[in-house]
Amino acid sequence: MIPEIGEFSLILGFCFSILLAIVPMYGVIAKNELWMHYGQTMARAQFFFIMVSFICLGYAFATNDFSVSYVANHSNSKLPMQFKLSAIWGGHEGSLLLWALILSGWTLAISIFSKDLPLDMLARVLSVMGMIAIGFVLFLLLTSSPFERYLPNFPADGTDLNPLLQDFGLIVHPPMLYMGYVGFSVAFAFAIAALLSGRLDAAWARWARPWTNIAWAFLGMGITLGSWWAYYELGWGGWWFWDPVENASLMPWLVGTALVHSLAVTEKRGVFKSWTLLLAIFAFSLSLLGTFLVRSGVLTSVHAFASDPERGLFILILLAITIGGSLTLFAFKAPNVKSESRFSWLSRETLLLVNNVFLTVMALTVLLGTLYPLLLDALDGSKISVGPPYFNAVFVPIMGLMSIGMGVSVAVRWRDTSTSSVINVLWKPAVSSIVIGLIFPFVYGDGFNFSVFIGITVSLWIILTIGTEFISKFKNSDSISAKLNQLSMSYYGMMLAHLGVAVTAIGITLVSVYSEEHDLRMVNGDKVELAGYEFEFNGTKKVIGANYTADQGQIVVRSEGDIVTTLHPEKRHYSVKNNMMTEADIDAGLFRDLYVAMGEPLGENAWAVRIHYKPYVRWLWLGGCLMALGGLVTVTDKRYRRKKTLTEDNKAHA
Amino acid sequence: MTPKRKKRLYIILGIVFGAGLAVGLTMFALSQNINLFYSTTQVAEGEAPVGTRIRVGGMVVKGSVKRSTDSLQVSFGLTDYGKPVTVSFTGILPDLFREEQGIIAQGKMDANGIFQADEVLAKHDENYMPPEIAESMKKKVEAANK
Repeated sequence: MIPEIGEFSLILGFCFSILLAIVPMYGVIAKNELWMHYGQTMARAQFFFIMVSFICLGYAFATNDFSVSYVANHSNSKLPMQFKLSAIWGGHEGSLLLWALILSGWTLAISIFSKDLPLDMLARVLSVMGMIAIGFVLFLLLTSSPFERYLPNFPADGTDLNPLLQDFGLIVHPPMLYMGYVGFSVAFAFAIAALLSGRLDAAWARWARPWTNIAWAFLGMGITLGSWWAYYELGWGGWWFWDPVENASLMPWLVGTALVHSLAVTEKRGVFKSWTLLLAIFAFSLSLLGTFLVRSGVLTSVHAFASDPERGLFILILLAITIGGSLTLFAFKAPNVKSESRFSWLSRETLLLVNNVFLTVMALTVLLGTLYPLLLDALDGSKISVGPPYFNAVFVPIMGLMSIGMGVSVAVRWRDTSTSSVINVLWKPAVSSIVIGLIFPFVYGDGFNFSVFIGITVSLWIILTIGTEFISKFKNSDSISAKLNQLSMSYYGMMLAHLGVAVTAIGITLVSVYSEEHDLRMVNGDKVELAGYEFEFNGTKKVIGANYTADQGQIVVRSEGDIVTTLHPEKRHYSVKNNMMTEADIDAGLFRDLYVAMGEPLGENAWAVRIHYKPYVRWLWLGGCLMALGGLVTVTDKRYRRKKTLTEDNKAHA
Repeated sequence: MTPKRKKRLYIILGIVFGAGLAVGLTMFALSQNINLFYSTTQVAEGEAPVGTRIRVGGMVVKGSVKRSTDSLQVSFGLTDYGKPVTVSFTGILPDLFREEQGIIAQGKMDANGIFQADEVLAKHDENYMPPEIAESMKKKVEAANK
């Protein structure tokens, strides 16, 4: 009964999506305020029904209703409760339901927090969100309903969730990532609404900015969590694989990063307007493309679970409508857009333009590398794959160049800046970062290393320029705390995010160059030395978990005779699916991780053991968190709230 | 040409040159790093180049996995149900590596006709078959039915 309520509720939700798409938009055309107001109610109703549907699916999982085929395929009565609930998005159908739920959640949030928006604008935005919801909920209902039943002969127990997914990562990674993916639909909706209204002034940028920053922060956090999850769960210590699905999340993030910056210029200076609109369209289109790549199974990927070409086709059509429709609209409306101000060669505008060019080029190279195999397959049927060296070769130099620009940007003002003043501010950080970058590989490593030199120099350059600029803010102020309060949250957010880039870059550089790993055969009592640590294997014992049995190894790690830690990597056997799973054990630290995983048993009590020494690997994710935090901090800026109270004051006076 | 036009010309030339350079480097990087996929039959018939990095996909032949007793060296047969190829690999195999399971090996052919893999990929989902393998096996079946 409950699953039927879920399905029915989803259909009701779909009906409200249709109403949401039509009624407010009709209200705008007919200049009928009442109809425009209906948008908010419908957004609420849509969210309510999709939420009910989501809860019904959760209920089916919690109560082991294996007559529902999605539950039977992704759960098991022995599965721990937290994984039963997160198994809701452990497969295709449920993750799309989560997608729809988050979409309706964003729609609801707009209807609640955009009271200061002109009514017609709000109506248009909600209507566009409704149109997107139609597409996705229809996709759910037609091709991938999670409520389908196995009737009349349903299985006695479920086939269990993929053991790789039975992890904390599944609880947090997909929701975060989807918050980001779907969040770009808000920026998209604002852009389309602005195009429809023809009011392409700086106002739409100001409205869209907080939403875009939040979405961008979530996407960044989602990617960071995914990287961290892959690192400890997959058991081979990698943190980024240039897998098509990783690329699918990286592309919207890159374009999103460009959008976040471009929106700032559009809001503050009234330039790059058409470009910002295009970026908003592309950020969301790339999110859709990501969904297509993951869900259609056209690409060989670790995320490509058994999938259905019909679904791929549906998303492809959706993608075509979105891109085609919005670009057509753009072509008709955008040429009338005029810049409101001029700027010189050396100005913040120019640097932000450079940032945008770099980010877009990065997104394009990733797109090329990801789609090239598909393209070639379609052209002449040859099967190829593009390896990580390609991505590293194109990504790293562009990233380096962009980081230089990032440092320069702090010394440059809007409109125009004199070259001498820029050099005045920047020469000290430039010299110190190069010097420290030169010395670092000798002190930390055992000789000069070009990658380390570049990585450290660039990261320090970012950190030192930010630091110099921050300190210079206090030069002419008497009270430090007063100045601290005076600086805007946007400013702090920007600094945090840029600092995050530097921290991530340090992590990537050092972990790539100074990692050490050793795969070897070990029997009880074997010792091996790696990076100054001695690892002693003390055999394995049997361990029984909730839904698995495991061989748990014991490895004692010593440094100069003192015990540092004892690690317990496991080789798990999940009985329901008859799956083997490596569970690595990690001694994490700010400056190094010790990572131990067991391969297969080699007979005679011998095991294949993989030992990694990973310096500064945590910095990667720390930087990712800082960037996301920076994005969130900007949203608390007083400007957005003051705007609101101002309009409320106006209302009170009126 | 007026100075203004001259300046514009330089800007445009700069952009064209920069874009050309970027595209050129990207295409170069791409051409250096693509890995062609071969079926085991193609490899066995000598269609695959020796010493170039390629991918080979197929099913692990039942009972063919042989381990060395003192190192992590392992060898196994890989087949698309046409002609099999022997693959040699040193290291830890992925969890989902099993006999009669579809895998992709990445590496080079050596002079003795043994595929020296430096990477073995098995998929996360046991029902999933990489599209390359699925297709090369489908061709095999079609050819057999003719």
